[in-house]
Amino acid sequence: MWLPVSSPEFFERVSPWFMAMPHCRALGLQLRAASRGRVVLALPFREALIGNPLTRVLHGGVVTSLIDTSSAASIFTLLDAVESLATLDLRIDYLRPARPDATLYCEAECYRLTDHIAFTRATAYQDEPQRPVAHGVATFARTPVPAAVAGAL
Amino acid sequence: MSPHWQVNSIAELDQLLQARIPYAALLGIRARAGEDGEPLFLLPYREANIGNVQLPALHGGVIGGFLENAAVMHLLWAREAFELPKVVDFSIDYLRSGKPLDTWARCEIVRQGKRIANVLMSAWQDDPARPIAQARAHFLLA
Repeated sequence: MWLPVSSPEFFERVSPWFMAMPHCRALGLQLRAASRGRVVLALPFREALIGNPLTRVLHGGVVTSLIDTSSAASIFTLLDAVESLATLDLRIDYLRPARPDATLYCEAECYRLTDHIAFTRATAYQDEPQRPVAHGVATFARTPVPAAVAGAL
Repeated sequence: MSPHWQVNSIAELDQLLQARIPYAALLGIRARAGEDGEPLFLLPYREANIGNVQLPALHGGVIGGFLENAAVMHLLWAREAFELPKVVDFSIDYLRSGKPLDTWARCEIVRQGKRIANVLMSAWQDDPARPIAQARAHFLLA
């Protein structure tokens, strides 16, 4: 059930800022789609992301970063003002290796948002979404950001 | 390059991190000997590992990737694996914001059977008694 993001004007402003976080740039993360409660991020393959030089599969930590970032991004689709989101916990099942030379995608959903907590789930996949690389669930703590800081965005 | 991941010292572990694990080199992960002779893992501060610029704080995924990598390296060092262990699941609690400082980690093998190992990981910055994150993971040993 598709719906547009809650505040398109806010999301258009916040998403470039979010994707420009230094480590998002270091990995090469890209925002590919956003709707209310959901995002899809893409991580193009690079040799620097390899975890095992013999098999050239991606490092599990790369999958962790992609899932963490996508999950946080999915929360911003439900907001209309900047706030600080801190990951409380993140659990990932690694279902199969992330093959080299292929883009890794992650679809994340914020399926419950309360005043203080956001609950998310995410799936990482490559060419075949029905054969996921990893599943993740996470919780985030929401903290308001001072207006002065929010205004700088 | 040996097809096997035999490690005879913490110095070799440190070399392996820089030379053979591209993602570990991307984050800048190093291995050092702790006072008890067990390896400590070091994530030197670098700007590319920042998530939130306003706070500023290390990216949560970096801390997760750092700990997961530390557990793999610890298993190699403990000779519980001669191939790179495969992560099965990973669970992390973020306890404090990661400041723009060097971060340290140590691991403990809680239980290891023939094929599966359970590893605990802890990350801290200025005080080991005040961890910024704790994680546990299962690994499949080749």
